[in-house]
Parts: sequence; structure tokens; C-alpha cells
Amino acid sequence: MRIVVIGATSAIAEHCCRLWVTRETCDLVLVARDAAKAGRVAEDLRVRSPASTITVVEADFLDPAAIGRLAAETATRPIDIVLIAHGMLPEQSLCENDLVLCRDTLEVNAVSPALFAEAFAGHFAKAGRGTLAIIGSVAGDRGRKANYTYGACKGLVARYAEGLEHRFAGTGVSVVLIKPGPTDTPMAAAHRASGRRLASVEEVARAMLRGIDAKRPVVYAPAQWALIMFVVRHLPRFVFNRLNL
Amino acid sequence: MRRVSSWGRLSAFAHEVIELGDRSKVAGELARGRPGIAHGLGRSYGDACLNPDGVLWRTAGLDRFIRFDESSGRLVCEAGVVLRDIQHLVLPRGWGLPVLPGTQFVTVGGAIANDVHGKNHHETGTFGDHVRSLRLLRTDGQEIVCGPDLRPDWFAATVGGLGLTGLIVEAELQLRQVPGPWLDAETIAYSGLDEFFRLSEESHPAWEHAVSWIDCTSSDAVRGLFMRAQPVAGEHGTWRERRRAIPLVPPVSLVNRLTLKPLNRLYWTMNKRQLGRRIAHYEPFLFPLDGVRDWNRLYGPAGFYQYQCVVPRDAGSAPIREMLGAIARSGDGSVLAVLKTFGDRWPTGLLSFARPGVTLALDFQNRAGVEILFERLDAIVAAAGGRLYPAKDARMPRSMFEAGYPRLGEFLDYRDPGMSSAMSRRLMGS
Repeated sequence: MRIVVIGATSAIAEHCCRLWVTRETCDLVLVARDAAKAGRVAEDLRVRSPASTITVVEADFLDPAAIGRLAAETATRPIDIVLIAHGMLPEQSLCENDLVLCRDTLEVNAVSPALFAEAFAGHFAKAGRGTLAIIGSVAGDRGRKANYTYGACKGLVARYAEGLEHRFAGTGVSVVLIKPGPTDTPMAAAHRASGRRLASVEEVARAMLRGIDAKRPVVYAPAQWALIMFVVRHLPRFVFNRLNL
Repeated sequence: MRRVSSWGRLSAFAHEVIELGDRSKVAGELARGRPGIAHGLGRSYGDACLNPDGVLWRTAGLDRFIRFDESSGRLVCEAGVVLRDIQHLVLPRGWGLPVLPGTQFVTVGGAIANDVHGKNHHETGTFGDHVRSLRLLRTDGQEIVCGPDLRPDWFAATVGGLGLTGLIVEAELQLRQVPGPWLDAETIAYSGLDEFFRLSEESHPAWEHAVSWIDCTSSDAVRGLFMRAQPVAGEHGTWRERRRAIPLVPPVSLVNRLTLKPLNRLYWTMNKRQLGRRIAHYEPFLFPLDGVRDWNRLYGPAGFYQYQCVVPRDAGSAPIREMLGAIARSGDGSVLAVLKTFGDRWPTGLLSFARPGVTLALDFQNRAGVEILFERLDAIVAAAGGRLYPAKDARMPRSMFEAGYPRLGEFLDYRDPGMSSAMSRRLMGS
């Protein structure tokens, strides 16, 4: 299996890689902004699977030309899966008061994943096969005061994935949008006030791999979020706006 | 700020939790000038891993392997790696951890800082005996690499050092060859402490693992189940992890004075049917409680204490007999009381718990008045020259700690003044 992971140092992506290499020998391309950190991820994966090939590629995640080049270079050999996993989760109140941070959040979480998706979609279209897996979020299902800047980004990603899915319907290319619920990652944990149990990264990664294997267009991870978000999406405004979600 | 409890769930104070995920950034996080303590999976029962209103450096994200040499069995990994993950990595390659405590959901850092032991203490000693080296970061920016042959004084302070000498970032472990995941196990019913000691004696070189369950409500007519096991080669079917969980915290402790006797009787009756020899997978044998996630919730919102002591062998069976008597008379007690003997080896760590002797471990529901029982037990342990296990403790008096750990004075020279826990303030004054 040849897998390209964008944002490979994110906790969820790292755990997916662990599961992949434990399951079978893989050729993994880890794309990251911080090559040293990705190097430590690669080192760990090589211990887990000495037979796998792990390559680290440092990249600029906001430069369209660099993204295009990266996709072209990695696509010189057939790719089975591309996982787009990078993101940042700033405090919502900071985005409200700092438009630069607000723009950065929109670029990193929405524009950048869309550009990566578009770049690799082109190569998958030529190859006629491949799975494009993109990490969205339950936060993208309905705007909420607690995290609407991040949520809006994930909403854009969801709509983009939906469009790609429509474009590739009936071909060998599949698009999988994964929507994790709150997960015990360093990114999310910084915002955790209560002792409420978050899903473990490992649990979320397992659910993701099942969804990717089955090529399901939308995967909630863990699965119970599908039901919760169904209810949240359908709450009438006069109820929703009174809730402190 | 976020509420954090340890495994005993006795408190849930707010902590400033700093997530460590990148080992190159740990030094920077430690240098922020506020005292704190490392926190792995929070499996210590009391306050060793807590620092109310202060900083916790959570190490669960430092969970990368660094190197594994399959020919020598040397593994280098970050301190947040969970023992279960090591086992799952190395077992298929013919290696295993020489020391596994009663749960595999602990981190390497926690296993070193509490110098944990397993059911095979008489064979392999404590976790620290298999650490070849470790990298310690101090809050003043100093990095100390130490091991049994390299700055051994720092090593002896850090093994069993309750995280107070600095933050353990990575460690090199010497694994040992194992034939596979299966054990040839035997369960024997015993009555009376003399029989327990006789079984322990005869099991000690011959069987790798030896432990016993004891019915702590049985008072004079002590009854228990002695379990021993040996690794065995070959394929013996498949074993699937059962994932059961206690889904919520019941409003009252389900283990209480009314249910204690019936639960002990139930455990006895159910397990008596399995007497004799069988082939068992190591996971349910060594970690019986790992099969029920969040079992600590059974004790309800007030949580529970664990009391684990070791008394020297030359004190004979009298202290254990006295303790069991005191517990039975009090009406408190636990369903999973564990009695086992340690081998004749002294640990490396200045504050390591395991020493030659007999160890008794019990859980107690947190209710008013239980401290009176603890004081009675303390008196028996102290009179016998024994000590309590800090990893399990939330309440021992400072005098009890000082009496049990005569090398405390040496240890204090190695403390990192930027490392402080609720336990260190309670037992060492800072």
C-alpha cells in the first residue's frame, strides 16, 4: 500500500499510520511542516514495521505552487490513499478579536486542505483509482458560538469533499470525509475544561480506517456522533439558539 | 484549568494540564518557572500524580518508539509509551517486558518513577532492574542521562523517585526472550496463612508468576486462592480482548459493608470451579482488571483507597494475621485482596517499595471512619518494620513514610525543586 499523509505529525494521522504499518507493510510518505517532528514519527513507525518504507517530506502548506509540485512529485508512482489531516484549533474568542489569527485559521483548516484535495484529485482522475480521505469535524455540521471559525473551515472541507465525491461517482476514485468527535489529542486537549472523557486517538483512528477500507463517503468517528449530529443539525433555531453548546 | 483525578478518584481538583507531545519541546515547557509533576495515565491511586491548582505535564503524547534491536532485546522509547503497546510490539518478535504490574495501562515513565513490580518479583525484581538508561530533564534546563553504570546515584534517586528528580523523557529497556503469550497456569485453594507460605515457598524458583487472592472477610478461617504460572511455548488457540466497561459512576459505592461478604463469597465460588491447571493467555492472567474499563468507578463518587504494605519475612505470619483480623473486625475490606511474597532482592531505587517480605494489598471504599482502620494497620506494619507503597497511597502520615524509607535523606539531595506533587508536599514538606 502506498499512502501519502498530509499533516503527518497530527496525533490522529500518526495513529492511523501506526495502524496501517502494523497491519501490513506500507510505503508511507509523511508530509509535514516540521520535518524534525515528522522524523520522530517516522522513527517510531520504522520500529513498528521494519519492512515498511517511510519517507518524510517537508512542505509549505499554504503555497498553491508548492502543493501542486508536491502532488506531482509523489504521484509519479501510484498512490492508494491520500489522507489530508492537518489543522489548528485556536480559541474562538481569540479569532473574534484578532483578524490575522482568524484568517490564518481559515487558510490552514479550509483553504489548504481544499488545495491539497484538488491537487491529488487531478492525479487520481488520471490514474482512475485511489482513495482521498479528508479529516473534517463534527464542528463542521452546524455553526456554534464555541468554535464557528474552525467549524466553518470544516464545513467548507465537507462541501468540497461532497463535490469531489459527486465528480468521481462511478469511477475508481473514492472520497472519504471523516468527522471525528472531540478527541484526546494535544490540539483538542488544550481546550478541555471538564473531566469529560474524550474519545481516544487510537479509537478514532480505528474507526477512520474502517471507513476508509469500506470507502464510505462520510465517516463519523466514533460512530455515535452520527446520531448526535443528526439531532444537532435538526434542532430548530428557536431551540438551538437557547442552548449553550 | 481542568479537573484531574487519580485512579482512586478521591479528589478532582483543577490542574493546569500541559500536554507534552514533542520530546524536543519538553525542556522549554519545564522552564516556565511554575512547579509541577509529570502525569502519565494517572494510574497511581493516590496523590503521587496530582498537583492541585498547579501544573501537570501530561506525558501520554510522548508515546513514540525510538529504536528496537531485535537481536539484543534493547528497546529505546519515549516515557509516555504504554506497557501494553510495548508488549504488542515485541511479543510477536519473541521478546517481552520482564516486569509487568497488575495493569498494562501504565507508561514507561510511571513504571520507572514508581519502580513497579509484578507477580514474578522473585524472578525478575522490579521495573527499574531492567532499565539500562534514562534521560531526565530538570526544570533548570539540565539534562541528565543515567543508568546502573552511568551516574548510578542519579539513577537510584530517579527509579522509584515519584517523578521528583525531574521529568523522564526517554528510557532504554532490556527486554527478555519469551516463548509467546501463553502461560501454563494453576489455581490452588488454600486455607490458613501457613498453607499460603508453604505454597509460596514451593512455587518460588519453579514458577515464574505467583500471587494469591485472599478473602479478607474470612477472619480466622483464612481462605484464598493461590495462582501460579509459567510461560509456555506453542499455539494455544486465540484470545480476544473483551471490552467491557463500567459506563457510569454509581451514586453510591457498589462495594460496601453490605455487599462485601457476598461479593467475596461469589468470587470464591466462581473461581473455585476453575481449580487445577489450564493454559491461560498472559493478559487476563496478569491483568484481570484490565478487562473492565473504568472499574474504579464501582466505588462511587467518593472514590476509594488502596492500602498496600510490605512486611519483612522474618516478622513471620503474625503481622499479616493481625492485619486480616483488624480488617475483618472493622467490617471494611475489599473484594480483590492480594497477598504475595517478594523475592530476596533489594531494589535499586532509594525510595523503591518492593523489598524482601510479604505484601498485602486491599481496596477500601472511602467512607467516614476508614482512617481509624488505617491507623491500626499502620501500627502493625510499623511494628513489623514494614512500609507502605507510595504509588497506592493517599493518606499515610509523614512519620510512617520516614520510618519505612530510611534512605529518604539521601534522596532529597537529588530532588528537582521545580517538581512538586500533592504527595511530595504531604510526605516531604515541599
